[in-house]
Amino acid sequence: MVPFFVFIAFFLLLPATVLLTGSFQDGEGQFTLANLASLFDPYILKAYSISLQVSITTSLLGGLLGFLVAYAITVGGAPGWMRGILTTFSGLAANFGGVPLAFAFIATVGRTGFLTALLKTVNIDLYGTGFTLYSFWGLTLTYLYFEFPLMVLVMTPALTGLRHEWREACENLGASPWQYWRYVALPILWPSLLGAMILLFGSAFGAYATAQALTGGSLLLVTILIGQQIRGDVLGNANLGYALALGMVVIMALCLTGYTVLYQRTTRWLK
Amino acid sequence: MTNGRRATFWAWLWGLVGLLYFFVPLYGTLDFSLRAKRGEISLLAYQNVFGDPQFLASFAYSARMALLTILISILLVVPTAYWLHLKLPKLRPVVELITLLPFIIPVIVYVFGLIRTFSRPPFLLTQTEWTTDLLLASAYVVISLPYMYRAVDTGLNTLDVHTLTEAAQSLGASWPAIILRVIVPNLRVAILSGALLTFATVIGELILADFLVRPALGPYMVLMGQSRAYEPAALGLLSFALTWISMGLIQFFSRGGAALHPSGR
Amino acid sequence: MPFLEINSVNKVFQDITVVKNFNLHVEQGEFISFLGPSGCGKTTTLRIVAGFEQPSSGTVRLAGADITTQPPNRRNVGMVFQSYALFPNMTVADNVAFGLTLRKKPKDQIQRRVRELLELIHLPDRSQNYPAQLSGGQQQRVALARALAFEPQVLLLDEPLSALDAKIRDELRVEIRRIQQRVGITTIYVTHDQQEAMALSDRVVVMSQGLVEQVGTPFEVYNYPQTSFVAAFVGTLNTLSCAVVDAAQGTLACQGQVFETGAPIAHPAGHALALMLRPEELRYGPGGGQNRLAGEVLDVSFLGATVRVRLKLGGSTLTADLFNERMLVLPRIGETHTFSFPPHACWIMPQQPAN
Repeated sequence: MVPFFVFIAFFLLLPATVLLTGSFQDGEGQFTLANLASLFDPYILKAYSISLQVSITTSLLGGLLGFLVAYAITVGGAPGWMRGILTTFSGLAANFGGVPLAFAFIATVGRTGFLTALLKTVNIDLYGTGFTLYSFWGLTLTYLYFEFPLMVLVMTPALTGLRHEWREACENLGASPWQYWRYVALPILWPSLLGAMILLFGSAFGAYATAQALTGGSLLLVTILIGQQIRGDVLGNANLGYALALGMVVIMALCLTGYTVLYQRTTRWLK
Repeated sequence: MTNGRRATFWAWLWGLVGLLYFFVPLYGTLDFSLRAKRGEISLLAYQNVFGDPQFLASFAYSARMALLTILISILLVVPTAYWLHLKLPKLRPVVELITLLPFIIPVIVYVFGLIRTFSRPPFLLTQTEWTTDLLLASAYVVISLPYMYRAVDTGLNTLDVHTLTEAAQSLGASWPAIILRVIVPNLRVAILSGALLTFATVIGELILADFLVRPALGPYMVLMGQSRAYEPAALGLLSFALTWISMGLIQFFSRGGAALHPSGR
Repeated sequence: MPFLEINSVNKVFQDITVVKNFNLHVEQGEFISFLGPSGCGKTTTLRIVAGFEQPSSGTVRLAGADITTQPPNRRNVGMVFQSYALFPNMTVADNVAFGLTLRKKPKDQIQRRVRELLELIHLPDRSQNYPAQLSGGQQQRVALARALAFEPQVLLLDEPLSALDAKIRDELRVEIRRIQQRVGITTIYVTHDQQEAMALSDRVVVMSQGLVEQVGTPFEVYNYPQTSFVAAFVGTLNTLSCAVVDAAQGTLACQGQVFETGAPIAHPAGHALALMLRPEELRYGPGGGQNRLAGEVLDVSFLGATVRVRLKLGGSTLTADLFNERMLVLPRIGETHTFSFPPHACWIMPQQPAN
């Protein structure tokens, strides 16, 4: 057991500490808060802004789609074969990311992709409408591929936890399906929903490989920026990379805390 | 009475949307990958991939790294999890938190920290190939820790660890013997699940391999993506197939190898 | 005109007929129980009345209107579920008020009604609690209040007491009957517990395997069962295999003894029949000279108000229930004692195949 902790200390805690201390040091190793201050540089803020936009958009859209598919699998009563396929693929797609995912989307909706070509045969020029895969929306679309299955995986147990007697009791008391959702189901589900979307957010925020493979660094996310920093790129201040990294970790830690808190609330009602 | 539930319109709609979103990209990738030869369906892209020595080399490299990672991971995690269950249950939440850290620290940030820590004295590990490989494997162990630990932890939860240990001790077993002969055999499925997840993770990993400049499959794929058109699609599909097989194997072994379902006799 | 009519209802699930030709007319204010073992179709029939299932054939009429195809949220029936099904995200008050809230009743009216109902179920101080803070019995009472709040025409209860402890069950049973009579609402109560059904109902519908075996008052069902199933399911039953001795006289031979049934038998001499007798009809002692039997005591259970004696008679076992008396000398195991019963206390039914 000791080897385990030594290993963790060496390969996890040590690099983490180096990053942490590095954020508060300048080029000569002196303590400074200048790195943190330069996080507010417009260039950097823009990167955070884009990352946040991508992450929020993905988590909202992925959350919505994932919830609806999870609904179809559970309460909605989709046929057995559909349920099986959707569940299995959610498990698969949630793990499918990085470079292969980018390749898959390039092959499908890239300029010469399968779907693009298919749409051309019915006179729909996808790229003519201004859409391009190598952009904010293209990236969002690609991220959704592993985000909404993640939502499905988290929401399915939550939706299964909705006792069907609640719906029947509601109907019996005179509620329409919409009223059931409004007064009972959604109030009970919202901690799970929010918690899951936070997971999605964190997942998108920290992603690097797909974005790099898809946009080649043209879309300046924080993760891309850090990558450029590592390669010794142009920002001029080596320690800024540390600060960027710290900023990311703080945001991710907030996400995890938020998720844990909401998870406790979830189990309260859906036991 | 759940089987008798009629599917609502919305269930059908969103179920279909979900299916489309899953399958269209996959099909598109497949289709694209078969069009390497102008105007006809062929396996040319796949042939090129498998015929490329660099592909085989990088796949072999990643596979080796994966196995090394799995080995180190098992050696670290299994005894630790066992000991925690047995003697130190109070520490379990702490360790669980530690295993969640890789989720908080994005890999790109982690690799940043790794490089800054280990590319200069006193912990210089990036000078030679084999030390870099060691670093890479260790990093892989860290990022796959959540999966491996969780799998083993879940497996241990289903065992009555205390009773098994006491029984083994009363029969005269030493600690290594207990772990090797009693605990591990009962954790076979859990360890296998963790190992398969780790394997899938390592094979497809890009960031660590790229920034540590090692010839793994990830960087190879990026290279292909920059210079070729059809081979990346083939690679993408192969990657997906690999994930599928790994998951399938996990399911298969979780059911005790029950590939045959009783046919309702 | 009957208030609630269930006419020729059938329900088929995937080739299995779970409810067969169910017919029942219920008067306003009646308390009816559907009694039977698991799988007999009682819950399915209830759910058909509630609207959660559609009958494969047949109709349901309420106050003259055909409600067979009406969706459940339009029918004016209140349902209490076995698992209470209180909404965990709402307080007791909000739960009870829910039916009224949906019907857009004015706030003060709702508040008044909620207060009224909480008084009725004896939980006036719990209006701001959440279901998780209440005991099982309290939750079930709130569920009852919720079902009654919007003044439905019929109250349906699906095994409401099964999930509760014995003591709470007894208390709540009394409560439910009191409330039902106070409100005067037509009620259908589903249970597999025959004591519950008997204690609560004006009439009992005994069901088995989708069929109605008998409909009658508790007294009728207990004392004049129409089928062997009803006879055996409701209460404890003694069964003796007999053969007809004299059809006109109504005498039978069982285990070497001759018993008088007090009425002619419509079967020829020698015909095999089952003689049925309730335990409490067996009197301790020789009696008035009719229908004596002597058996070896196998078992004596002192239950307080009653003493249950099990006797061996030839190849059969009989159960006799005696009223306790302070001066009673309890029979002892192994002793042989004589019991007797009056002729009209027993009845005969066709022999059932041994199972």
